Amino acid sequence: MNEMQNNAMRPPVRPSRTNAVVRQASDWVVTGLAVLSTFLVVAPLVAILTYLIYRGASSLNWAFFTQVPAPVGESGGGMANSIVGSAVILGLASSMGIPVGIAAGVYLAEYARGKVLGQAVRFTADVLNGVPSIVMGIAIYALIVMQQKHFSAFSGGVALAIMMVPTVTRTTEEMLMTVPNAVREAGYGLGVPKWRTIMSISLRTASPGIITGCMLAFARVAGETAPLMFTAFGNQFWSARLDQPMAALPLQIFVYAISPFDEWHRLAWAGALVLIVLIMVSVTLVRVAASRGIMKGNQ
Amino acid sequence: MTEPTNVRIPHITVSQPSVNIAAEALEVPTGPSPVRDFLNRRSSGRVVDGIFGSAMFLAAISIFAIVVLIIFTLIHGSQLSIHAFGWKFFVKEIWDPVNGDFGAWTFIYGTVVSSLLALAMAVPLAIGVAVFLTEMCPKPLRTPISFLTELLAAIPSVVYGLWALFILVPIMRDRVGPFLTKTLGWTGFFGGDNFGIGMLTASVILAIMILPIISSITRDVMLAVPQNQREGMLALGATRWEMIRTGVLRNARIGIVGAVILGLGRALGETMAVTMVIGNRPQIVKSLFAPGYTLASVVANEFTEATDDTYVSALVEIGLALFLVTIVVNAIARMLVWAVTRGTPSRAH
Repeated sequence: MNEMQNNAMRPPVRPSRTNAVVRQASDWVVTGLAVLSTFLVVAPLVAILTYLIYRGASSLNWAFFTQVPAPVGESGGGMANSIVGSAVILGLASSMGIPVGIAAGVYLAEYARGKVLGQAVRFTADVLNGVPSIVMGIAIYALIVMQQKHFSAFSGGVALAIMMVPTVTRTTEEMLMTVPNAVREAGYGLGVPKWRTIMSISLRTASPGIITGCMLAFARVAGETAPLMFTAFGNQFWSARLDQPMAALPLQIFVYAISPFDEWHRLAWAGALVLIVLIMVSVTLVRVAASRGIMKGNQ
Repeated sequence: MTEPTNVRIPHITVSQPSVNIAAEALEVPTGPSPVRDFLNRRSSGRVVDGIFGSAMFLAAISIFAIVVLIIFTLIHGSQLSIHAFGWKFFVKEIWDPVNGDFGAWTFIYGTVVSSLLALAMAVPLAIGVAVFLTEMCPKPLRTPISFLTELLAAIPSVVYGLWALFILVPIMRDRVGPFLTKTLGWTGFFGGDNFGIGMLTASVILAIMILPIISSITRDVMLAVPQNQREGMLALGATRWEMIRTGVLRNARIGIVGAVILGLGRALGETMAVTMVIGNRPQIVKSLFAPGYTLASVVANEFTEATDDTYVSALVEIGLALFLVTIVVNAIARMLVWAVTRGTPSRAH
């Protein structure tokens, strides 16, 4: 008690006037720097989008969506086969990657809570998430393409599917964790078996968030080029066969961007615009879905 | 038979002389029970539960399997090169596909220099954005700005490359390059010919690309700092910057380091955009205007053209090295981030 009083009685250290000015000034300087850096970060985004719309929209026409690439030296042509090819490869990837990812997420959240194995899987998923996409390309090349002896749309789908798994797993797990335990217990209390509780109660409750995660994973792999270079390889013509090389939008953009022809540069811009519009539409849908669903309480 | 009470399930009536519901609910009922029979008849028994559980387990294990399979495949594929060149592979400067002599040093140099330069540019900006968004930003602006920075992460690598190739390269060549030569030319880092395509441009585009991940994780770890730390600092009469520095950044520093390392992991493995603007020439030159080459871009450029087996094998070994390095880097980063954000709701990245 006595000590406390002593402390209270001690005269406060009075900061000198210049010190106060310096402190206030440095506060302003830092605030200014933070605002400046925010501008510097937003600026490239605005620049990229502006150029993309400016250069891309002026090159978009009906032929872009209906024709295959024109031979070198001829003008015109489009990327119809690449758009369809991308859709096929992404559909393939989603149909493989999303179920595995969700199942692994269910395991982490419903079966392995607090277990060492769960922690290890979680960690592996995070590590897999950071693996460079080009490495995934080489690995799938060695695993599938070398065995089949030719490039194929299927191998491209597998490469992208593997890249989707970690993202889907982690979001599924996180979303299932937000489902209150009382809801599960209600299921068990009614005598509903575990698998049924998970399918119809946990997963259903968490579904908006899980769908969000799947779409984010989709958006992430939709623009991937590197893993497709040695797997789907690209194709100048229509091809619907999964065991043959298939065109993909990012691949075609890359090929056209590094080519020496102005006409092809023009098409690359148009392709980039189409690609990014497709991705942004899905990201925006995610935002809308997330603002209505379970994510709202989480953020 | 006593009077039926409480529980009613179609066709079955159960009497329920309940004394302590909580205690009974915890205990799994054993022995024959009409309720269990009823439920078992509806194909919801232990078998399905077991199958479902093992399916989920298999899916989780498959993540391990994928990583192991990738490592095994890469090691298998790089056998030729490992046997031919040994450890010297990583310190040799020669890259001579014609004579079949390979060394990865120039690519390692290019990767490390471009990534570190990118970090040097991105980290201050990323922390600035995170500080602005968590501590200073007016509420109505917070969502749109964080949405915009996250949009940066949604732009595909190849689109960054396209933009860099046609917009950034001319700017670096005509504006930034000459300015740097004039002001900092004496250091020797900004001399020589400047075509706009080279190490510096690659670093700039890399910096733009890794900004979102660093800033969003920095934001997460800053949000994980308890609010009373801030209030305590302010109550002691700190200015806002002093509060941020001592109350927030200091507490979050481990997580911020983790975020930076995570950004480094991204930068090391980034392929397409770098390949498009770095110039792809295996050389080590002091000037940052000069073209270089990175591990990822040599694989991207030469893998499909490599004809002879040693060549392919050398490229696979580069892929293996890249894989192992990014695994280590990511593992360290994750542990650091986890150390800070554990116990707080996190978000998927």
